Amino acid sequence: MKIFVYIDHFKGETQATSWEALGLAKSFGATTALVFGSGVDDVAKAALEYGADDVLVADDSALLDFRAETYASTLSAIASSRTPDLILFPTTTRTRELAAMSAVDLNTNVITDATAIEVNGDSIVVTRPIYEGKLFEKVTASAKPQFITLRGRAFPKPERMTGKSGTITKVEAKADALTTVEGYSVADVGVSLNDAGVIVSGGRGVSNNPSLQPPAGLDDKQAEIWRAHQGFKLVGELASTLGGAVGASRAAVDGGYIPYSNQVGQTGKVVAPDLYIACGISGAIQHLAGIRSAKMVVAINKDPDAPIFKVARYGVVGDLFQIVPALTEAFKKKLGK
Amino acid sequence: MKIIACIKQVPDSEAKVKAESGQINTGGATLVINPFDEYAVEGALQQREAVSGSTVTALCIGPESAKEALKHALAMGADDAILVSDPALNDLDTVGAARVLAAAIQKVGGVDMVVFGRQTLDNGSGLTSAQTARALGWSLLGLAGQIKVEERTVRVERVIEEGRQTVKANLPAVISVVQSIGEPRYPSFMGIRKASKAEIPVWSLSDLGIAAPDAIITRSELMNPPARDTSVEIISGESPAEIADKLADKLIAEKVL
Repeated sequence: MKIFVYIDHFKGETQATSWEALGLAKSFGATTALVFGSGVDDVAKAALEYGADDVLVADDSALLDFRAETYASTLSAIASSRTPDLILFPTTTRTRELAAMSAVDLNTNVITDATAIEVNGDSIVVTRPIYEGKLFEKVTASAKPQFITLRGRAFPKPERMTGKSGTITKVEAKADALTTVEGYSVADVGVSLNDAGVIVSGGRGVSNNPSLQPPAGLDDKQAEIWRAHQGFKLVGELASTLGGAVGASRAAVDGGYIPYSNQVGQTGKVVAPDLYIACGISGAIQHLAGIRSAKMVVAINKDPDAPIFKVARYGVVGDLFQIVPALTEAFKKKLGK
Repeated sequence: MKIIACIKQVPDSEAKVKAESGQINTGGATLVINPFDEYAVEGALQQREAVSGSTVTALCIGPESAKEALKHALAMGADDAILVSDPALNDLDTVGAARVLAAAIQKVGGVDMVVFGRQTLDNGSGLTSAQTARALGWSLLGLAGQIKVEERTVRVERVIEEGRQTVKANLPAVISVVQSIGEPRYPSFMGIRKASKAEIPVWSLSDLGIAAPDAIITRSELMNPPARDTSVEIISGESPAEIADKLADKLIAEKVL
């Protein structure tokens, strides 16, 4: 089986799931990495070190900014001439668009968010969540090339073999752009929810600290948001002590406490950390669906009947404004930070 | 501008969805407009208000019952609605759905902007907007949190993992929207009345002049997620510091850090 792995990066920063995809592909056979962009030698070298046997690089100023249409045309041309059986992608906002468009060009199919893949001869069976994790389906793919995007942290990340070399071949970039990228404002997002080993999340409860006195002149809603920001500061301190990411429930996002990009749950992100600490989150069914792949859930909530305790391994019935900072201090001491 | 909002009907997000004898059981949950697509309708209505003389048509592929989702879009304020329905469309994959939508958009004719939600709640692959753009040969402006049209140029602020990006394209264009576009408006009383009386045209594949797309993948098994060990150990103590200390020790011992 001829396997390509598309390496996704943003301005040279590679998504960890790209390496997980390389590791998986290597377990099936010889693997070619695909790297697109402008000035991406380092990404290509890293792909070799993470296990690619060789790399095809489309390095062109036309590919400086990710644009789905140019990247898709470049990919479709490579796939048409080199006829891989399978192309794996990490699941990111970019690869969804890229794989989607190229699949139209090649009249093939994309299976997204794979959590397991079995290859037997020519048959490829993929397990993926549907209804945002409430169910899983196994699908048998007979398309060629079959496109599959992998869910983050579903497959082990291979060891990096520093200095491992291999052939890097330049391939042609397509420049049929229909869109123009005019600018970025890069958010200070810290650790991405998709890649995070630890996620500390806040819910409606983070705004519920009556002992805080908001500054004068705020109306009720502004005071609530101000309180929530103080609560999320505590959540953020615990997350950064553990090297983790900050998440939120839909209630916290709808309340205007924190941006949508932090939302975990059925209408937000589905996450798979080793540890998920839910602070002041009651545990709506949509939220529980989004954290189903977390290895361990810890719940901190005032309400002993909150549904979140039903999925938690450890729970604290108490005031998050006291417990969360105490937990941050305890970890700082014990982890020597 | 002639604007189309593409929507889908899905089981309500509160539904307790289970696998039973290889079938999906949604426990009799209400079928509703896909929540992400309410944002698509909202985004389309905002653009109608921003560019005078614009219209919004809601477009859906689905069975006859999906008219209810279209009526929700009409009640929110869409001018009209079209249902594409055909027994041959039961097992569509996303490429197939995109080809059918593209054919319907071409049949409507003179369309300037097509708006999608970011993904559906059921399949959740989030591919259809990009595939429809590709099938039409139009540009895609994905994951827009803001849309601004000037003459024949459309600019969006795209919300991606790494931050926000301003991208522009010429019309016609396909846009997918995210929640930052603004909370979907509630259907008005007048809107609900208008929607309840609306005659929604139904187009079949022969109306579109296309054959049923091939389905390339087949579902071989449906599974419930593995059950979680549900026994929770409540950590208690005399003080927050004592509780925190015990909990930190447990988590370090579990090797989840």
